[in-house]
Amino acid sequence: MSLKTKTSDLKKRMMDAVQGGGSQAIQKQKAGGKLTARERILSLLDKESFHEYDLFVEHAGKDFDMDKKYLPGDGVVTGTGTIQGHPVCIYAQDFTVAGGSLGYMHAKKIAKIMDHAMKLKVPIIGINDSGGARIQEGVNSLAGYGEIFYRNTQASGYIPQISVILGPCAGGAVYSPALTDFVFVVDKISKMFITGPEVIKTVIGEEISMEDLGGARVHASITGNAHFYAESELECFEQIKELVSYIPWNNSKTADPFPPKNPKSRTYKINSIFPTNPKQPYDVRNIIMAICDDSQFFEVQKLWAANIVTGFARMNGQTVGFVANQPLVLAGVLDVDSSDKSARFIRFCDSFNIPLITLVDLPGYLPGIDQEHAGVIRHGAKVLYAYSEATVPKITVILRKAYGGGYIAMCSNHLRADFVFAWPTAEIAVMGPEGAANIIFRKEIMGAENPDDMRKAKIKEYKEKFANPYVAAAYGYVDAVIEPSETRKFVLHAMDISKDKDVKGPVKKHGIPPF
Amino acid sequence: MDEFNINLYTEELYPVPEDKLEIFRLGDDAYRTTLSEKHKNKKGWEPVNLKLIKAQIPGIMRKAYVKVGDKVNLGDKLVVLEAMKMKNDILATDKGVVKEICFKTGERVAKGEIMVRLK
Repeated sequence: MSLKTKTSDLKKRMMDAVQGGGSQAIQKQKAGGKLTARERILSLLDKESFHEYDLFVEHAGKDFDMDKKYLPGDGVVTGTGTIQGHPVCIYAQDFTVAGGSLGYMHAKKIAKIMDHAMKLKVPIIGINDSGGARIQEGVNSLAGYGEIFYRNTQASGYIPQISVILGPCAGGAVYSPALTDFVFVVDKISKMFITGPEVIKTVIGEEISMEDLGGARVHASITGNAHFYAESELECFEQIKELVSYIPWNNSKTADPFPPKNPKSRTYKINSIFPTNPKQPYDVRNIIMAICDDSQFFEVQKLWAANIVTGFARMNGQTVGFVANQPLVLAGVLDVDSSDKSARFIRFCDSFNIPLITLVDLPGYLPGIDQEHAGVIRHGAKVLYAYSEATVPKITVILRKAYGGGYIAMCSNHLRADFVFAWPTAEIAVMGPEGAANIIFRKEIMGAENPDDMRKAKIKEYKEKFANPYVAAAYGYVDAVIEPSETRKFVLHAMDISKDKDVKGPVKKHGIPPF
Repeated sequence: MDEFNINLYTEELYPVPEDKLEIFRLGDDAYRTTLSEKHKNKKGWEPVNLKLIKAQIPGIMRKAYVKVGDKVNLGDKLVVLEAMKMKNDILATDKGVVKEICFKTGERVAKGEIMVRLK
């Protein structure tokens, strides 16, 4: 055979393989508002950067007449490419081929591209669109999942791992995304659950739609399994590109710097966006935008546990992670969900050399039977653990209230914040003035001729003495009391001089965080 | 304090939704804030009553080991609840006399429903 014939033979083989499940299956895929696996990869990666591997891999099913079937690429597309110049490894399950079901070779392809990502030290992106285990391949299909989970765990904290749910992701399959760093979902397309509505109905007798059980909105706002929510696949890809711009390729690098920019500025009377009375609400994201480059804040888990705000921004072009109590929601308390959310974000930042900036304004941990019984002790401890463990530069700004255990948890001096700044409006105290005065001056108040007047007087007295940053500053727990308008300057300087920060904890195999 | 200046870009300000603000009490303090759906939907707590044997998991009532009026001790088998492909013996969480068996054989039991009352 001449080279020409051999080349045309190759082309024919490639044509056969890239057609996936064929035109009918592709039509069905499109009818659901979904792109095909290859279209997804091409829309996400830089133009002409995608290089596909293992196109000719064939499935290994022998039973149930599977050996007579041809499944192009065994239902998954794998390869490498770049996103805005960042190298990435990527795979996308192809729902048009046997429902994207995971057989032995399908899993082997995924495992292989994950191994590449680990060796090359570049992020791995997994696009999930699969009916689940390929039942015909039995235990080999389960083995495939296990191999993927093991690699997810090994890669955790070593390279960034991104999961994109663009179709069903059910049963065991959900645990790969759950082990990764960021999960993206799209309205009406993403479906994630351990057991679907059918099984729940037969086994348990409860009826629910797929969307209400494990749709995009549910995971973005109720379960906290998803980090980013989009209305369409294309919007989702834009979100992924933005995320990739903020994070480094691996844990021995820092994120690519951007050109420094000042925040977009306009001068305000402070009271119009920041009430000094700690009982009045404001949106803390405005304060983040007042501090960071170009007022661009990329929020992570926006719809879940909104009483804490987490996300990426840049300071003089360098990526930082912001963690901020949100007084606008539940007064900014720490509870089970907000503890989970922030602790995980802190650990991502620490793993990938992203400095942490913490803005504090919280009344403490949320009291209540539901919280206690939901394990607020264990979940709340995650915040303490994550901050204490983190060795990246840690800069804390106390804006207003910082009461009780909440004060300690929010990256206080005691958990080894490198710098703690406080605005003059800060109130660092063991509890709110009303509660404290009622306990400390109980006898005086009860014994007074007019207890209400006495209570008011004592609350005032307590406020004047303790509801300020100066008591903490007097012990050195606050490094500097600063004017709000100086915040960016102080934070930038703190970051500049922390560049070579090198703190090592005691040598151990690993810690035991309160999972 | 009113004289602080802060740099902010107007068009991108997140507004405070005044119409959604509620009073949120924490001990002696009352904060103006919004409440999350999850917080609003939380269920009240009831003390545990050991004389009421509830289904911990939804399933189907398969058999009663006891009848009304029987004396039972802590740990005695009361009924069989089939759930998750298993036949589960449901045991008495207290001693007492069976006052009511709330389901007939073959009936579906939802999670949290009282299966047996003791007195």
